[in-house]
Amino acid sequence: MTDLTSLGVKDIRDGVRGGSFTAREVAEAFNTAVAEAAALNAFIVTTPDHALAAADKVDAARAAGEELGRMAGVPIGMKDLFATHGVQTTAASHILEGFEPRYESTVSQKLWDAGAGMLGKLNLDQFAMGSSNETSYFGNVTSPWKKAGSNAAMSPGGSSGGSSAAVAARIAPAATGTDTGGSIRQPAAFTGICGIKPTYGRCSRWGIVAFASSLDQAGPMARSVEDCAIMLGAMAGFDPKDATSLQMDVPDWEAALNSDLRGKKVGIPREYRMAGTDQAILDSWEQGKAWLKDAGAEIVDVSLPHTKYALPAYYIVAPAEASSNLARYDGVRYGMRDLPDGVGLQDMYAATRAAGFGDEVKRRILIGTYVLSAGFYDAYYTQAQKVRALVARDFERAFEQCDVILAPTTPTASFPLGSMNEDPLTMYLNDVFAVPASLAGLPAMSVPATVNADGLPLGLQLVGRPFDEQGVLDAGLAIQERAGFTAMPDKWW
Amino acid sequence: MSNYRIQGATGEWEVVIGLEVHAQVTSNSKLFSGAATAFGAEPNSQVSLVDAAMPGMLPVPNRECIRQAVRTGMAIEAQINAWSRFDRKNYFYADLPQGYQISQLYHPLVGEGSLLIEADEKAGIPEDKVIGIERIHVEQDAGKLMHDQHPTMSYVDLNRSGVALMEIVSKPDMRSPAEAGAYVRKLRSILRYVGSCDGNMEEGSMRADVNVSVRRPGEPFGTRTETKNVNSVRFVMQAIEHEAMRQVDVLEAGGTVVQETRLFDPGTGTTRTMRSKEDAHDYRYFPDPDLLPLVLEEDFLAECRASLPELPDAKRKRYVEVLGLTPYNARELTAEVETFARFETLLAETANTIGKVEPEVATQVANWSLSVAPGVVKALGDEGDPANATAAAQAAILAMQDKGEISGGQAKEIFEIVLKTGRDPAEIAEAEGLKQVSDTGAIEAAIDAVIAANPDKVEDYRGGKDKLFGFFVGQVMKAMAGKANPGVVNQLLKDKLG
Repeated sequence: MTDLTSLGVKDIRDGVRGGSFTAREVAEAFNTAVAEAAALNAFIVTTPDHALAAADKVDAARAAGEELGRMAGVPIGMKDLFATHGVQTTAASHILEGFEPRYESTVSQKLWDAGAGMLGKLNLDQFAMGSSNETSYFGNVTSPWKKAGSNAAMSPGGSSGGSSAAVAARIAPAATGTDTGGSIRQPAAFTGICGIKPTYGRCSRWGIVAFASSLDQAGPMARSVEDCAIMLGAMAGFDPKDATSLQMDVPDWEAALNSDLRGKKVGIPREYRMAGTDQAILDSWEQGKAWLKDAGAEIVDVSLPHTKYALPAYYIVAPAEASSNLARYDGVRYGMRDLPDGVGLQDMYAATRAAGFGDEVKRRILIGTYVLSAGFYDAYYTQAQKVRALVARDFERAFEQCDVILAPTTPTASFPLGSMNEDPLTMYLNDVFAVPASLAGLPAMSVPATVNADGLPLGLQLVGRPFDEQGVLDAGLAIQERAGFTAMPDKWW
Repeated sequence: MSNYRIQGATGEWEVVIGLEVHAQVTSNSKLFSGAATAFGAEPNSQVSLVDAAMPGMLPVPNRECIRQAVRTGMAIEAQINAWSRFDRKNYFYADLPQGYQISQLYHPLVGEGSLLIEADEKAGIPEDKVIGIERIHVEQDAGKLMHDQHPTMSYVDLNRSGVALMEIVSKPDMRSPAEAGAYVRKLRSILRYVGSCDGNMEEGSMRADVNVSVRRPGEPFGTRTETKNVNSVRFVMQAIEHEAMRQVDVLEAGGTVVQETRLFDPGTGTTRTMRSKEDAHDYRYFPDPDLLPLVLEEDFLAECRASLPELPDAKRKRYVEVLGLTPYNARELTAEVETFARFETLLAETANTIGKVEPEVATQVANWSLSVAPGVVKALGDEGDPANATAAAQAAILAMQDKGEISGGQAKEIFEIVLKTGRDPAEIAEAEGLKQVSDTGAIEAAIDAVIAANPDKVEDYRGGKDKLFGFFVGQVMKAMAGKANPGVVNQLLKDKLG
C-alpha cells in the first residue's frame, strides 16, 4: 500500500470513494505523522479523535451507499484562528489560552459538512500578525525545509506557518489558512506548496478571530492546484452571518480547471521589479512567463503605478482595524485575566493586555491606535484609504489589458528563524508583493516554481480579477504542469 | 420668540439649548444580532455571541431597526440618506464588550429635519416654533454595570448591549426650559405615532443629553456644557434651569464656563462635573470594516413612507379644519397615541349609532372624551372598571343625549353605572328612570300650573323683567323632578309667556 501521508486531497478523496483505503486508515496515518512531528511545532493542539470520528462517519456513509462530500475522508489541519467548538482556539496568543468556543466557524463547519476531519489546531503568528511564525505564544514553527549545507531552523513563513509546515512536511494533506496581507501566499511560497486567497467575501469570516476585517480572507493550503480548487469549493459560499460575505454562487472550480491558456493574456507588472528582490526570484519570474506562454497565453506588460505605496498603506489600515478588533480581549468575559490585588478596572485592563499580548501584537495595536488618533486620522488613515482605492484602480486598469497577473510571491526565499528580528520593517517587506492584491480584495495564489541554489522553494503569484478564482487556478495549473515541482524536504523531525 | 430670561445681578441672560435624545428603537431583536430586547429580563439572558463580543463574531444590520429610524426621519420631514455608513467609536469600559460602540459619525442615516412645538401661553411658549433637527443616527446601546451585588466586585448585565438606539440631535434652537420640555414631549409623541420607540422614559427607552449655554441676548453662543442621560421631561427642564443659573453665576463672578460633561442628580435637581474636556476620550472613530455601507433602495424607502400614519401636526389640523374642534381640544386629543385612538374609535361609533357624519358629532364626542368621561372615571376611582367603558357603551350614551332622551347629568350617572357594572346604557336609563321627559303634554301641564301659581311674576315678566325667565324654568324643572328636557321646557315656556 502506498504511504497514505504522501497523498493529497484529491487522491485521498478518490481513494476513499473508490474503496482503495478507508477514511479511518487515512486519519490514522496522518494522526501518527502528526504525533511524530512535534519538532516542527506546527500544531498547538492535536485532535486525533476529531479526525477519526469524521473518518468513521465517512466510512459508514460509504458503506451505506450514501453520496460522499467533496472533502470526504480528508483529514486537515485547522489554523488556530478558526473557532472550533469545544476545541481550544487561541490565535496563538496567551490572552486566549484555554478558550474553548461554544461555536464553530462557518468555514470549518463547511469543511466538516463536506466530510473533512481535523488533525489539530495549527500554530500561527500571534493573531496572524507576522511573516515568519516567530510571534506565537506557543513557540516558533520550524519549517521542514533546510538550507543546503546548514542545519539552521528555517521559517515556514507567516502567519499561516503551522499550515505551510504541516502540508509541506506531509503531516497533513491540506490545511486552512487566512490571508490578510500575504499570510497564505508567503508561507506557501516558503514551503513549496500551493495556497489561494480567494476574492474578499468568498469565504465567511464568521468565527475567524479577526485581525483586519476589511482584508482577512480564509483560503486553502495544499500541495496542488487541484487540491486547492477542491478545498476552496468546500470553504466558500455566502453566509448571512457575515455582512461582507459575497452573495454569489460558488462555481465548481475543480470541474472547470483548464490549463490551456490560449486566448488569455498574462500581465507582467513592471513596478514589481524592485530592488532587494533575489536574482533567483527574478529568474523564476522569467521562467514563469515562459511557462504561461507555452500554455498558450499572450504575455503583456502592465503597470500598477501605486505599488510602492501599497505596503505603507497596508501597515496603516491593518493595524488600525486590529487595534479596534483586539479591544474585546480585555479580561472581562473570557480568556485570561490579570487582576492584581486591590486594583480597579483600568489597571485590570492594563495588566491583562500587557501579559496577554505579545510584542508584535502590541506594536500593531500601538500603531493602529496612533493612526486613528485625533489629529493624525486624516494624515494616516484617510490617506491610506485613498491609496487603497488607487491600488484597486491600478488593478482595474491593468485587467483591461490582461486576464491574470503573474508576479513573484515574495522577494526572497525562506530565511533562518531569528535572522530577521532586528528591524520589523525588514520583515514587513516580505509581503511587498502580496499586499497589493489584499488591499484590492482580489483572488491571488502562490504556486511552487522551483528551488533556489540553497535548495529552498520559490513561489510564483497569480492575481486575478474579482471573483475570477478560476482564472487564477487555471494559470496556476499551467505553471504546476510545467514546473514539475517535486522537491521535498528531507525528513529530519 | 421666547421671552425667557435669567435675571442676573448684571442684567439679563438668554439660555441656548440643544438636545441629543437617545430613543430605543422598537424591535424584537438587537441592532446587529438576533438577541431579544425585552425590558426587565433576567440579567444576561438576552445576550448573543455577537453581543458578548466573542472572538470572530460579526455584526449584521437588523433591517427592522433601520426601517424604524428611516420612518422616524420621514416623520420629521428630514433628509433620508440613501447611503450611510457605520463607524466604530472606540473606548474601553466593562459594559462595552467589543471595546467599541458601532455608531454613525461621518455619514448618518438621517440628515436635517425639523419639529414644530406649539404655542402654549400658560407654559411660556407665546407662539408656534420650529426646532431644527441636525441628524438622526443609529447606534448600539451598552450593557449595564451593577455595583450593588457584591462587596468588592461589579457585575455586568449585557441584556442592553447591542440594543438599537436612535440618537436624535437637535440644533441649538431652544431658548427656555419650557421649549425644551415641549420639544421632548412632541418628539416622544411623534416617535409613538410612528411606532419607532415606545417613549417610555422610566424604563430608559428615551433619555436626553442636554447641551446648555448662556449669553447676553443678541451675542454669539457661549461655551456649552453637556448634561448626560436625563430621563424625564421634568428633569430635562430642571437640569436646564439649574445649569443655566450655575453658568450665569460663574460668568457674573468673572469666571468662565468650562466645556465639560456633567451629570444630573434627580434628588437635588442639580448638575455636577463628570469629566472635563481635558479628560475627554479620543474615540478614534473610523468606518466599521465589518459592515458595508448601508444603501437604501427606492422600494424600501417607498414602503417606509407608505407605512407612516397620520402624524400629530396633520391630525391636529384635520381635527380643527374638518371636525371643527377647538384648537385646544385638537391639541389635547392628538398629544398621545392612546388618546386619539380612543377618540377616533368613539367618534366613528357615535356617528354610526346616531346616523350623522363625524363632523356633526365631533365636538360632543371631544368634550365627552376630554372632560366628561375622564371626570366620571376619576371620581369613581377603583370602583369603576375601565374595561366596561367600551366605545359601544359610550356611543349609546352619547346617542341618547343627542336625541334628547337623557340630560347631561343623566349621561354621567348612566356612565357611572356602566363603569361599575358593565350593564347596557339603554337598559340602565330605562330601569333607573334616568330619562328626561320630552313629552310636551306633561311639560305643558306643569308650565300651566306654574303660571297659574305665580300671576304677579308673569305680569312682571311680560312687563319687561326678562330675567324672570330663569325662575320659570327652575319652577317647571322642579315640578318635573328635574327630568324634563330643558330644550323643550324653554321652547314651551317662551310660547306660553309670550
